[in-house]
Amino acid sequence: MVATTMKNGLKRVIIEPVTRVEGHGKVSILLDQQNKVQQARLHIVEFRGFERFIQGRPYWEVPVLVQRLCGICPVSHHLAAAKAMDRIVGGEKLTPPAEKVRRLMHYGQMFQSHALHFFHLVSPDLLFGFDADPAIRNVIGVAAKYPDLAVQGVMMRKYGQEVIRITAGKKIHGTGAIPGGVNKNVSIEERDFLLKDLDQMVDWSRAALKLVKDYTTEHLEKLAPFGSFDSSHLSLVRADGAMDLYHGNLRAIDFQGKKIFDQVDYQQYLDYIQEEVRPWSYMKFPFIKSLGPETGWYRVGPLARVNACDFIDTPEAEAARQEFMALTKGKPNNISMAYHWTRIIELLHSIEKIKDLLHDQDLQGTDLVVKGPRRSEAVGLIEAPRGTLFHHYKVNDQDQVVMANLIVSTTNNNEPMNRAVQRVCADHLSGHEITEGLLNHVEVAIRAYDPCLSCATHALGRMPLVVELYDHAGQLLDRRARGTC
Amino acid sequence: MTDSAARILLIGYGNPGRRDDGLGPQLAAEFEALALPGVAVDADYQLTVEDAAALAEHEVVIFADAAVAGSTPFYFHRLEPQDGVTFSTHSITPAAVLGLARDLFGARPAAYVLGIRGYEFDEFGETLSAGARANLAAAVQFLQQALVTGSFTEFGCGPAETPADRTRGNGDT
Repeated sequence: MVATTMKNGLKRVIIEPVTRVEGHGKVSILLDQQNKVQQARLHIVEFRGFERFIQGRPYWEVPVLVQRLCGICPVSHHLAAAKAMDRIVGGEKLTPPAEKVRRLMHYGQMFQSHALHFFHLVSPDLLFGFDADPAIRNVIGVAAKYPDLAVQGVMMRKYGQEVIRITAGKKIHGTGAIPGGVNKNVSIEERDFLLKDLDQMVDWSRAALKLVKDYTTEHLEKLAPFGSFDSSHLSLVRADGAMDLYHGNLRAIDFQGKKIFDQVDYQQYLDYIQEEVRPWSYMKFPFIKSLGPETGWYRVGPLARVNACDFIDTPEAEAARQEFMALTKGKPNNISMAYHWTRIIELLHSIEKIKDLLHDQDLQGTDLVVKGPRRSEAVGLIEAPRGTLFHHYKVNDQDQVVMANLIVSTTNNNEPMNRAVQRVCADHLSGHEITEGLLNHVEVAIRAYDPCLSCATHALGRMPLVVELYDHAGQLLDRRARGTC
Repeated sequence: MTDSAARILLIGYGNPGRRDDGLGPQLAAEFEALALPGVAVDADYQLTVEDAAALAEHEVVIFADAAVAGSTPFYFHRLEPQDGVTFSTHSITPAAVLGLARDLFGARPAAYVLGIRGYEFDEFGETLSAGARANLAAAVQFLQQALVTGSFTEFGCGPAETPADRTRGNGDT
């Protein structure tokens, strides 16, 4: 922690890094002369240059290359890029086997990601309380006191990874999705392998839902105001309004549920979404153009998706959605901590979808690739575990990528995460002392959004960290980089 | 992963799109090609909790990663399970995954970390630096010898050590 008194009497207190959130996170709190929180900011440092890295590469390499962007969600980047390249080759209308193999891959990714986040990051907060000693409030603490739950988390994560391995080929150089389709189907043997543990995964998903639902309803008075604020919500929905994590059109609703836009073809996303650059942050701030940067920001991810859809097309997840929405009488839920409940609704939805797909004979189909009229520009969009993920490319006549623009889920949630931090700091900080309790609360608020701060560079002995100090006018006062720890 | 019935598990991890951060996966690829009997090889971007289940199925586990500091061309150390946690949101350290394997599955494989010195991390690119390539070659030679003979001897210093910090010993299993 660093406290600095600035020329105008304001004190800037910096907490860094955010524990249990990867490397590049920093929170700065700006105090006024009465030691009240004037401003709190979450700084996330993104590696720049990935778009340039892609430029000049042949388009068919991109679905594999983009997996280098992030070690946390390579499958989401793989599929978003593949969807864009489908359009480049005129193959956006996939064959049923190809679409179902891709969906299976995507639901596997969603399942393993949500399981990891819930069991190994969130459950310690729920089981031990926000204020518990961090030495206990972690996955090792859960393993010691609730070993069955910890094992469930590991095995659910492993199951999702097996789905990915079978559909994408392998973990680190997944090649399953190619422009216009997939390069392999799912064999009978592979299907039977996944069916073996399926019922167990469904049961554990139901139990996780009960755990998070009971916890949330029992502690609603504390959770409801925690890092919460009204916001708009953005997600893909199917043409009939159903939740669709793989494909659909864009819908945005305001905090009361009124539609801002609906069924927007994401090829036209630039007409609806704009990114704002702020001098104090490396990460951009997207907003809905028609509303402007002040009020046009929005949430993405599980909470936004459950709020925005009209229904979920699997029975148990739909029943869970209805129960969740009843909490706010059918209106959008704007409680930050409700992300956890909705994440587990999606976990259950994903395993229900996996079950349906594994019983679909199209998975063994052999018509795997389609192509049509060539295009030079395309957008691929998918609902990644953490929210809406945009990939936009232009390709020249020599098949080389000449432009790439990516808006990742965590960037879409940039403003909401800042709001959550601001709210928690305003509610829990007095004076300029950063207590252990405040640190815990800031951490819990950020974790609700499951940000991916990973740049996937993690070499031994290295925790990249950059500290920057700005005055109230946005001027850089100091900068310090630390490459090793 | 190769050879699921293997006694030894080699996990090379890192991001091949971040220059020398790809040392771990590249080492894994070379051992995958060597196909040594009794050695299963896996590669990933980073370690995660489910690796604890894989560890529990092997007697010896070797974690291979790029190192930003420490001995050149590499260091090779015995690893103990971690009781505390330095656990970021989605990835996990070798010692912590070893601790999870112990706590959740009662597994106590002999574990080692192979830190191969790299130099270029802060840019996107799929090629190793010349220095990293040379260090990788030395690490492959060392590890192949160890895997063939079954003799795992510690070597070099980690990022925060000096030679005096270490009590050198034979980590044979």
